[in-house]
Amino acid sequence: MDLKVNDYTTDDGLTVITVEGEIDVYTAPKLREKLIDLVNKGKFHLLVDMEKVEFLDSTGLGVLVGGLKRVRAHDGSLELVCTQERILKIFRITGLTKVFGIHKTIAEAEEKRKGAK
Amino acid sequence: MATVELSFSALPVHVRTARLIVTAVARRSGVDEAIMDEVRLAVGEACSRAVEAHRLHCPDEPVQLELTEAANRFQVIVSDSVPADDAAGEPPSAPGPDDGLELALAGDADLGLAVIAGLADDVEFSNSPKGVQIRMSWPAEHPAAPAN
Repeated sequence: MDLKVNDYTTDDGLTVITVEGEIDVYTAPKLREKLIDLVNKGKFHLLVDMEKVEFLDSTGLGVLVGGLKRVRAHDGSLELVCTQERILKIFRITGLTKVFGIHKTIAEAEEKRKGAK
Repeated sequence: MATVELSFSALPVHVRTARLIVTAVARRSGVDEAIMDEVRLAVGEACSRAVEAHRLHCPDEPVQLELTEAANRFQVIVSDSVPADDAAGEPPSAPGPDDGLELALAGDADLGLAVIAGLADDVEFSNSPKGVQIRMSWPAEHPAAPAN
C-alpha cells in the first residue's frame, strides 16, 4: 500500500500530519519531504498522527528523528499520536519513547499543548 | 536445507516483496500469528540494510534471502555482497535495547540493527569476504498441514 500524507494547521498553530499506509525504506522519502517542506514553510510545531500507519520500520523512525531535529533547531516540537501496540513496540525497542511525546488522540495532544503554554 | 530461496534486485520496493514472501512462508512453517509482525519487521530491516549497502557498493548485485524450517525453528538468512569492512569499517553488531536512542540522537543511526536485535528470537551477525549475513530464527512449533 502506498503512503498517504496530509496535513492541516489548527488555529492554535499546531500542524497535524496524518499518515496512512506503510512507512518503510520505499515510502519514507515521501514523509521526509513533507516534514522538510513544512519546516521550510515555518511550521515548527508538528503532530504526526500515526493511527492509520500499518507498518513502520527503522527508515521511518529515522525520518521522524530527522524531523524532530529540524523543528528543535527552531525551538519547535514534533510529537506523535499512536495507540497501536505493534507500532509503539518499535519505539520502545529503540528507546525512542524517551525522545517523542506520544499521545492517544489529537485532542489530548492539543490539550497538553494548551496546558504547557 | 533451504525451503525457499529468493534473490532480488537491490531496490527499496523489493523489500516490501520480500516481507510479503517471508510472511507467507513463516505462516506455512507454523510460526505463531502473534509474532508474525515481529518476523516481518525484523526481516524487512535486514533486507533494507542489505539493499542500502548494495546501492552504495554494488547496485547490480542481488540480495539473497533463505527461508528454512528445521527442528521446530523458522530460520531466515539475509546475505549481502558487501563485506562490512567495505561498508562501514566494522562488522555489524547487535545493539542493546536502548542503543537505538543514542544512535538516533547521534545522527549516525543504524536503528535497523537495534530493531532486529530487539525483535528476533535468536539473531547472529557474521561477516565474511563475500559479505554480511544476518541469521534470525523464531519458533515454528505447529507446522501447517501440507497443501494438496
